[in-house]
Amino acid sequence: MSSEATASERPAMRGFVDLDRVSLRYGEDGDGTLALQDTSMRVDSGEFVAVVGPSGCGKSTLMKVVTGLWPATAGGVIVNGKEVDRPLSITGMAFQNPTLLPWRTTLENIMLPLEIVQPHRSLLKRERASYRAKALDLLALVGLKGFEDKFPWQLSGGMQQRASICRALIHDPSLLMLDEPFGALDMFTREELWLALQDLWLARRPTVILVTHDLREAVFLADRILVMSARPGRIVADRPVALPRPRALSMTYEPYAVGLVQELRNHISAAREAQ
Amino acid sequence: MSESTPSRGRRRPLSRNKAFRRLLPWLVVVALFLLWQISVDAFGIEPFVLPGPRAIFAAAWQWHWSILDNAWQTFMETAIGFLFAIAFGLFAGVAIGSSSLAYDGLYPALIGFNTIPKVAVVPILVIWFGIGTVPAIITAFLLSFFPILVNVATGIATVEPELQDVLRALGATRWQVIAKVGLPRSMPYFFASLKVAITVAFVGSIVAETVAANKGIGNFMLVASSRFEVPLAFAGLLVTSAMGIGMYVIASAVERRMTGWATRGANAGMFSPAG
Repeated sequence: MSSEATASERPAMRGFVDLDRVSLRYGEDGDGTLALQDTSMRVDSGEFVAVVGPSGCGKSTLMKVVTGLWPATAGGVIVNGKEVDRPLSITGMAFQNPTLLPWRTTLENIMLPLEIVQPHRSLLKRERASYRAKALDLLALVGLKGFEDKFPWQLSGGMQQRASICRALIHDPSLLMLDEPFGALDMFTREELWLALQDLWLARRPTVILVTHDLREAVFLADRILVMSARPGRIVADRPVALPRPRALSMTYEPYAVGLVQELRNHISAAREAQ
Repeated sequence: MSESTPSRGRRRPLSRNKAFRRLLPWLVVVALFLLWQISVDAFGIEPFVLPGPRAIFAAAWQWHWSILDNAWQTFMETAIGFLFAIAFGLFAGVAIGSSSLAYDGLYPALIGFNTIPKVAVVPILVIWFGIGTVPAIITAFLLSFFPILVNVATGIATVEPELQDVLRALGATRWQVIAKVGLPRSMPYFFASLKVAITVAFVGSIVAETVAANKGIGNFMLVASSRFEVPLAFAGLLVTSAMGIGMYVIASAVERRMTGWATRGANAGMFSPAG
């Protein structure tokens, strides 16, 4: 309740995503794990923000709170000027696992959000052909051309993950939530997907929140990096990344990026020791 | 997971082996009949104790119109009861599987109900509906809905939370989550249960016919054995088995067609023993 008051007091300060002293405790009886405590953060429209932190610090919880999958125990979550009290339909989400539906082909999987999210849901019957073309374009963009009629189990892990990112993007979400989407992949595939994701972001400019524990990934992709403390999670550092776009993979080995990674690493070790 | 290649789709072409597999069940049946006939002849067993296949087929041929007529009656009763069982089992399975409240509340009662021997229910059904077709249909239904319900409920209740989150993160309603994830996910369970359900549906209708009917294979066998026409009673048994196998084959063909994604060709085409 207090958060609503806060939000209306200073509307000019609002970002696209605004977390105001958010806490989340698992379990209903008040003695469950405290996953987030007084977490405040702000992401502007069109910004690419990465959240890094030690494992188990509540990064994934943060994603669930922002998208409304979990209601916050305390504090205010505002996305696009509205208090979040239910799952949002303006988000696209990609998880650590590809989570493709095994009974659907790649194309059908990617078109799934269109069957749920308005206005696409009403338009889908009439404009199936154009939506299909759009899905095929997305697939081509991530290098999955020709795999649209394959089932998930006929694709490699990296291919499934690419398809899952396409699915997160198909309905033109204004907020893209990526929860360690490349965590389970080998480094070469991962770097390839960084490039693909950067291209997608440059082309469409959604607001992106990327949770990761790969610091190079955060530096390569993000405009700004937030460091979370160990559980209960709070934001302990906020670092902009001053690298020009489009970025090349080699930039992550140059002194600036290496220094930044080192600095982030120190923040995280400090956060772990403070535990 | 990451090493699965796109070529994994079809199995290796063991065509000769496959043809042999197709033929094998028939060979087994023929061998059984031969062994049976030889034993009966060798040990000089009287036909009214255990008739050999030759005597059974002779009796079946002599009375084939009567057998067909009665078999049709049993088949109709079973099929109608089975169709009701599918409708009710699917509906109640979805309801119970998708709500933990319904699951916890109704499951014990259902188990209790299923433990009641259905033979004991037939006389009550006769009081309510009279002798004949209706009690047989109801008994077939009562026996066969339970496996369907339990399987569908299990399929829906065990949907991976990650898959649900994919839809919930898009703002999907509860019903949309069930329709897009729960139902398709439970289809392999549903079709597996059909194979069990159809066989017990036959048990149900024949039991009811034996207790209270003037038509149907159950009644036919009862009459035949009371007249000591043992080969004819055995002919009734064989016809029942044939109908059961026929329905099982249809159910398993439908299963393979509808849920190939779940078996991935691994053991498609093999019969699994129905409980």
